[in-house]
Amino acid sequence: MKRTVQTLLIALTALLGSSLWAQTPPNVLVVGQIAEPQSLDPHAVTAVNDFRILVNIYDGLVRYEDGTLNVEPSLAESWEISDDGIHYTFNLRQGVSFHDGSPFNAEAVVFNFERMLNEDHPYHDTGPFPLAFYFGEVASVEALSEYQVRFTLSEPFAPFLSNLAYPTGLIISPEAVREHGQDVGRNPSGTGAYQFEEWRANARVVVSRNSDYWDGAPELEAVVFRPITDANTRVAEMLSGGIDMMVEVPPDNVATFADAGDFQLYEQAGPHLWFLILNLKEAPFDDKRVRQAVNYAIDKEALVNDVLQGTATVATGPTPPAFGWAYNEDLEPYPYNPDRARELLAEAGAEGAEITFYVTEGGSGMLDPISMGTAIQADLAAVGLRVRIETYEWNTFLGLVNPGLEGKADMAQMAWMTNDPDTLPFLALRTEAWPEQGGFNSGYYSNTTVDDLLNRARTSTDQDERAALYREMQEIVYDDAPWAFIANWQQNAVATDRVQNFRLQPSFLLLLHDVSKQ
Amino acid sequence: MNSSIWPYIGKRLLLMFPVLLGLTVIVFFIMALIPGDPALAILGAFATPENVAQLNTQLGLDKTIVEQYFTWLGNVLQGDFGRSYRQNRAVLDIVTERFNATLILAGTALVLCSIFGILVGIISAIRQYGWTDKILTFVVLIGISTPAFWLGLLLIMLFAVQLRWLPASGMYAVYGGGDLLDLIRHLILPASTLAFIATGVIARLTRASMLEVLRQDYIRTARAKGLSEHRVVYRHAFKAALVSIVPVIGIQAGFVLGGAVYIETVFQWPGIGSMLVNAISTRDLLLVQGGVLFVAAAYVVFNLIADVVQVLLDPRVTS
Repeated sequence: MKRTVQTLLIALTALLGSSLWAQTPPNVLVVGQIAEPQSLDPHAVTAVNDFRILVNIYDGLVRYEDGTLNVEPSLAESWEISDDGIHYTFNLRQGVSFHDGSPFNAEAVVFNFERMLNEDHPYHDTGPFPLAFYFGEVASVEALSEYQVRFTLSEPFAPFLSNLAYPTGLIISPEAVREHGQDVGRNPSGTGAYQFEEWRANARVVVSRNSDYWDGAPELEAVVFRPITDANTRVAEMLSGGIDMMVEVPPDNVATFADAGDFQLYEQAGPHLWFLILNLKEAPFDDKRVRQAVNYAIDKEALVNDVLQGTATVATGPTPPAFGWAYNEDLEPYPYNPDRARELLAEAGAEGAEITFYVTEGGSGMLDPISMGTAIQADLAAVGLRVRIETYEWNTFLGLVNPGLEGKADMAQMAWMTNDPDTLPFLALRTEAWPEQGGFNSGYYSNTTVDDLLNRARTSTDQDERAALYREMQEIVYDDAPWAFIANWQQNAVATDRVQNFRLQPSFLLLLHDVSKQ
Repeated sequence: MNSSIWPYIGKRLLLMFPVLLGLTVIVFFIMALIPGDPALAILGAFATPENVAQLNTQLGLDKTIVEQYFTWLGNVLQGDFGRSYRQNRAVLDIVTERFNATLILAGTALVLCSIFGILVGIISAIRQYGWTDKILTFVVLIGISTPAFWLGLLLIMLFAVQLRWLPASGMYAVYGGGDLLDLIRHLILPASTLAFIATGVIARLTRASMLEVLRQDYIRTARAKGLSEHRVVYRHAFKAALVSIVPVIGIQAGFVLGGAVYIETVFQWPGIGSMLVNAISTRDLLLVQGGVLFVAAAYVVFNLIADVVQVLLDPRVTS
């Protein structure tokens, strides 16, 4: 017995001593992700978590310029837009190959969009493609020559280029789709800076340097994406040196990393909006004064500083400030003013109104919904509104909110991250976007001027003209207050100080092309 | 081996089928009762009612639930467990991959907690009401009453963050590694956490049944014959007590499999527990069905093994 114990102890010492739990390997970047990707097929996924990997494996025809949401050339070197805004002709980069060796050319581009949009395409059944509606205006795609491709739209659609830069527009190797069919999401092949090596379920996705990358081979030998779903474990891995970088640091831990010497904290505002949908079909929110009262009654500063601990900023209106060119800087957030809220409620005769408030347990971009929900409930109680919270798990929540709030609730939490100032208001504020017509306007806001502004903004190809239209839209929506505008999330990441040349992008994409590690 | 044991095993194996069948019916219909559907989970915030309906048709979810169940059952009987809606991958591939990881974790934990549980139980029984008994009882009770995820996090903070002796999470090193030594290094923390929590019940029951046996006449006789205390305890008493300990270990096997869910989440162990939790929240019906079927079958088999061992130890049990 004693001998057994002795042997065990010696074995244990050997195990621990063989290499004291060390740092991650040199020149390999280990990134702690919040979940395992769903798929690595760029057309099949919707989550930012998956996009963070995809943008390093694939390129699109265009991409966002470093640090902005402006579009610049990528696989397309240049393009012409016809005066009527219907035809987009792209001149493609020559001599680029996919990681599987097949050539990138106009045929490949046509294959990609046909697969997503054409129900009769032989590989359409490798979907579903939930974000294909980003290209819903595309009537046809044709190869004009080996390196020239033309998109014809059914109507002018200004966000088209920006949508092409979104991960849904990344180009996958047609050869890979033909070879792997439905399993292509686990055998991805693109033209990007890193090529896919391995995917071990719930353990890691490994990509390695593409030495032939057209935009210069990356310095890192490989990047390992590790899914670590539990936020506390992710923090522990970071502190123990098991990972070099983590995204979505919980608000409670931001200070820990900011104060520690060996870590660098990165923050970047992005096109995110956290808001409350108000049900305009039924009392009390059918009265504009009550909706404005809610905007005055909620202490948004306290929410972003205390609940979210500075990981978000106070939102002003329906358009996040990250869309610099389209954002209306003249507007100020509704100030925290409970007295004004009480006045408005008294005018509307809505004192003591009962409100059913849908809260979710958590979901994409929802930050800390339960704590935020209860803080909002307390703020509204302070001005005399009786708020009853109903909490639902995310999918159940979406199942209740997306079909519309009528007859169920007066108010619901929601958050969106988009790539173009058009997307959110177009899908969630127009009269034609009411749920029964297939949109996300679950609170039934309707203002014909807003409808008109949005329709004009998306068909104009002149950015200054679009900007003016969006600014006017923001003023009206701000005053109509169909939503309570709460917060714009600042995404964050932490890396060890061995990681260099890294920056977060306003697009929320995690670009690792230029990153190096000492 | 006693030849009369085979009909018993055969009968038990046959009984397994109605159990599993009933289970699949229950799980299938409970999943149908949860609001929200797979199409919504796949489409996320972008799910318009129109898109949802279209995708449901594609996935065959527009049929009635009874039709869906029988389609599923028919396919399973032919060895086809279907595809995960969300991962778009064969369910069988996902489940077997994950199940191995869980078996390694739960199996190690079960061995550890059986060894420690029995040792602690015997020592406590011999030293009943002594200091050793009191201290051991105190320690195992802490184990029973500690939340698994909390203990797991504490161990990570101590051994991975502070001491840096062991990795904080995962099953293999992220780059390189992959050998047995690497696996063991990653296994130590999660398996110990799980074992520590499961040890208590085995220790307490071993202690109780040992005490019961030690009071019996034949033990007094054995002692009177002048046998060494060591021999009395381990050869005579323990063997008799084992009959009631073995089924408890069988039940603990189920506990360890279930407890692995939390441990797998905390330690990011790529097992079936964390997969199931995820599959339920994304309404990945076929994946849930496949996973539950495997876990349930494992549970039934563990119990069967425990029962067979019990029969072998005490032939009276079959009659």
